[in-house]
Amino acid sequence: MCMPDTLIPEVGVITSIRDETPDVKTFCVTSATGGKPFGHKPGQCAMLSVPGVGEAMFSITSSPTNTLYMEFSVKRCGTLTDYMHTMQEGDGITIRGPYGKPFPVDDVLRGQDLLFIAGGIGLAPVRSVINYVFDKREDYGSVDIVYGSRSAGDLVFRPEIEDTWRSRPRTNVYLTIDRPEEGWSGNVGFVPAYLGSLGLGCDKTVIVCGPPVMIKFVLEELVKLGFKKQQIYTTLELRMKCGIGKCGRCNIGSKLVCKDGPVFRCDEVDELPDEY
Amino acid sequence: MYKVSATQLTDVLNTLAGTMDVFLPIRKDGQTNFGLYAEGVQADFDTLKTVKPPKEFFLPQSESLYKGVVDGKDIHIEPAAFADRPFVVFGMRGCDVLGMEILDKVYLGEPVDRFYEARRGHGCVVALACGRPASTCFCKPFGVDASDPQADVTAWLCGQYLYLEPVTERGRQLTHKLEPFLQDADAEDVAEYRQEIRERLEALPYNNLSLDALKDADMLEVFNSPVWDSVCDACIACGTCSYVCPTCQCYDIKDYNTGDGAIRYRTWDSCMYSDFTLMAHGNPRKTQKERFRQRFMHKLVYHPSTAGGQLSCVGCGRCVNKCPSSLNIVKIMKSLGVS
Amino acid sequence: MQEQLRILAGKMLADGRAARVLGWKRTDFETAPEPSFFTAQDDLSELVYNKYCAANLSGFMIGAGKRDGVTVVFLKPCDTYSFNQLVKEHQIDRAKAYVVGVSCGGNAKVEEMEDVGWLERCLVCTKHDHVVYDELVLDESLSRPEAQDRFGGVTRLEGLQSLERYEFWQGELSTCIRCNACRNVCPACNCKKCVFDSAKYDTAAKANVTTFEEQLFHIIRAYHVAGRCTDCGECARVCPQDIKLQLLNRKIIKDINELYGEFQAGQDTETLGPLTAFNADTDAEPSIVHTRG
Repeated sequence: MCMPDTLIPEVGVITSIRDETPDVKTFCVTSATGGKPFGHKPGQCAMLSVPGVGEAMFSITSSPTNTLYMEFSVKRCGTLTDYMHTMQEGDGITIRGPYGKPFPVDDVLRGQDLLFIAGGIGLAPVRSVINYVFDKREDYGSVDIVYGSRSAGDLVFRPEIEDTWRSRPRTNVYLTIDRPEEGWSGNVGFVPAYLGSLGLGCDKTVIVCGPPVMIKFVLEELVKLGFKKQQIYTTLELRMKCGIGKCGRCNIGSKLVCKDGPVFRCDEVDELPDEY
Repeated sequence: MYKVSATQLTDVLNTLAGTMDVFLPIRKDGQTNFGLYAEGVQADFDTLKTVKPPKEFFLPQSESLYKGVVDGKDIHIEPAAFADRPFVVFGMRGCDVLGMEILDKVYLGEPVDRFYEARRGHGCVVALACGRPASTCFCKPFGVDASDPQADVTAWLCGQYLYLEPVTERGRQLTHKLEPFLQDADAEDVAEYRQEIRERLEALPYNNLSLDALKDADMLEVFNSPVWDSVCDACIACGTCSYVCPTCQCYDIKDYNTGDGAIRYRTWDSCMYSDFTLMAHGNPRKTQKERFRQRFMHKLVYHPSTAGGQLSCVGCGRCVNKCPSSLNIVKIMKSLGVS
Repeated sequence: MQEQLRILAGKMLADGRAARVLGWKRTDFETAPEPSFFTAQDDLSELVYNKYCAANLSGFMIGAGKRDGVTVVFLKPCDTYSFNQLVKEHQIDRAKAYVVGVSCGGNAKVEEMEDVGWLERCLVCTKHDHVVYDELVLDESLSRPEAQDRFGGVTRLEGLQSLERYEFWQGELSTCIRCNACRNVCPACNCKKCVFDSAKYDTAAKANVTTFEEQLFHIIRAYHVAGRCTDCGECARVCPQDIKLQLLNRKIIKDINELYGEFQAGQDTETLGPLTAFNADTDAEPSIVHTRG
């Protein structure tokens, strides 16, 4: 068992690796003796590391209802993630967590109609909530998922979206890509514009995650559609080292993303300095 | 209260060093820092401020967390041991003692930092009254009484004696070890000395700063103040202010390649550095203005908002003294309305 | 002189010849003026010039050159060498600088805001004249502290056994707190991205679990500025631990002088440094390189 407060991780193992896109892979991680390293709630994160390479915070993309392993979808974009993309099934990896405040799945979100909006790899943290909701389907209202990416090849979790999510009851999935391409019959355009064209009612609770610029324009669009900031949750990302609110790196104003976040309600974000 | 003849100071230190590590100010090449006492080492209690604050005995500048070895597909982790040896920091000034209180709020707050907790649990602090406070000192506005600093033991070097007043149980245990040298004394014996110190303090330029302007400061208003646009013009983006600060808490976690594995260690860090918040996809604090603002917002606004109004500054004046460009927190406080 | 500088600055701002003036600003302590850009004439009453104006303003001209308009900058004789060197390295836009050379009678060493004598660099000063200026404001009455041998400290170190020398540097560098003040204040250290700030290397600029890294930092830094260091002494001035960094740079300067002939970085803006001009195909390696190993 890891001791989160000592910064000392537990040794885990990568049991399988799935290619999602050319630069995103999903890693299934268990503890060395099998089973999940620790419990978590949707939206929470964990620190993955390889000694001598580095350590970084990743959102746990699997739902807590998955009792066998944890999944992390990792985009290749830095020292550790480059290295992780060279790793093989069976390789050891260290893990500590869970860190951060989760989405309020067991109180605020219960019984609500839910609108999930994601861009690119931003679907990773949202997927944890989506699958949690699907596994407790009767506890929640309708589900709308609006997801976009640069190209069709950059849409993550494509098989799961097509084979599982689309067939769930009271669920609509809307996909879009930035530019037209051969073989794509779905919508073309940026997420905020697509969102505005869908005619969705504003009585939903929204969970949005993606690149900062996408979040910014999505929020503007949502407000235009009549949503209130209090209805919207997002996850923020800043550089982290400790994960427990000590190292002082991930603050936005007086809030620490690792401890007070990464999940924030958007009206709370408005009260913070614009520095993220 | 007790007193020990100043001529027996060496015996006192040797006695303590027999049962624990003793860290005290030592002068080397013109600069004074806390260091490990051993027989023959000359303590420097005259210099007011050490370059590095004594927080390093509770939060070392570099500290190993564990050793990690990648062995084929396996990874082995050997956690570093928690501190288990008693020690005393002898001669900490009142400002630095308050600095420890501020660090305690961070490191002993949930979740507790176990490495820090272990050091705090094994360390005793003997606070020394400041006989000659300097013109850069401004601890009084933060509630420090430099003539009567409160720690495990309060000490005064006055006349021919070292006066000791145990304050906590740990302090009583420490003075108990010194029984053969102790003579009874009375608070009256240091009253005149304390009065002298208070008079000296009153004559200092920053002694009576009023921090009222920072009370209930509006975070966004201060953050968006035009003050930040030019106040950091002279900042060279070094980490001096952070590293000499008794309340700067930030650390980085890094790997040190040992050839047969990696030691993962943490090390003091500074928000003044350009890589502090650098991520693969960019940096939320792009210029020195944002980094500079962060340091002072943290001390004057962010920390107080989570710590019942307590500022993360203790008025030690080290940054006033050491900044290569003569910038410092007083200048920033004044530009934000402190007078 | 201070009054002359204020008048000059005021005129330059008033007639629009300058967008800003880079000088030293009064603070709460006479002994600690702050490098500052003045843009308003009204603020010039805060402009000071005295022996506490130790900060070399040349490095700030890199950033100033990227702003609109001309910046007036006050440079002491030794500062002008740094300025020249930066012009030579294409770091300063000469056309956007108006250099006012100012006389210097030496800078004071300040501890806890107390004047405790002269800065070491001023005791060994050899740079008495400005090597670049658009205008001079001189005060002939200023006298310098009596000059000592600039290479005396290096010569003493050279006379030690290698182990003694190692112990000397071990003692000096082990006190380093890795604040990077020496690097960041150094006009020659003008890389946009320093090797010690790269996460890609183990050298990233933080203290390590061993003192080895601190030695590495200072030695590599000294080599990176070899042949470009004007010996302005800012590194030693700002070091919070008073590490004798000037000895490291001066050893390299002394070696260059002895091996390749006398050379002063920043003397002009054209001459290539000996280490830059050296051509391995045509130039003979000084024999001492081989004998020293």
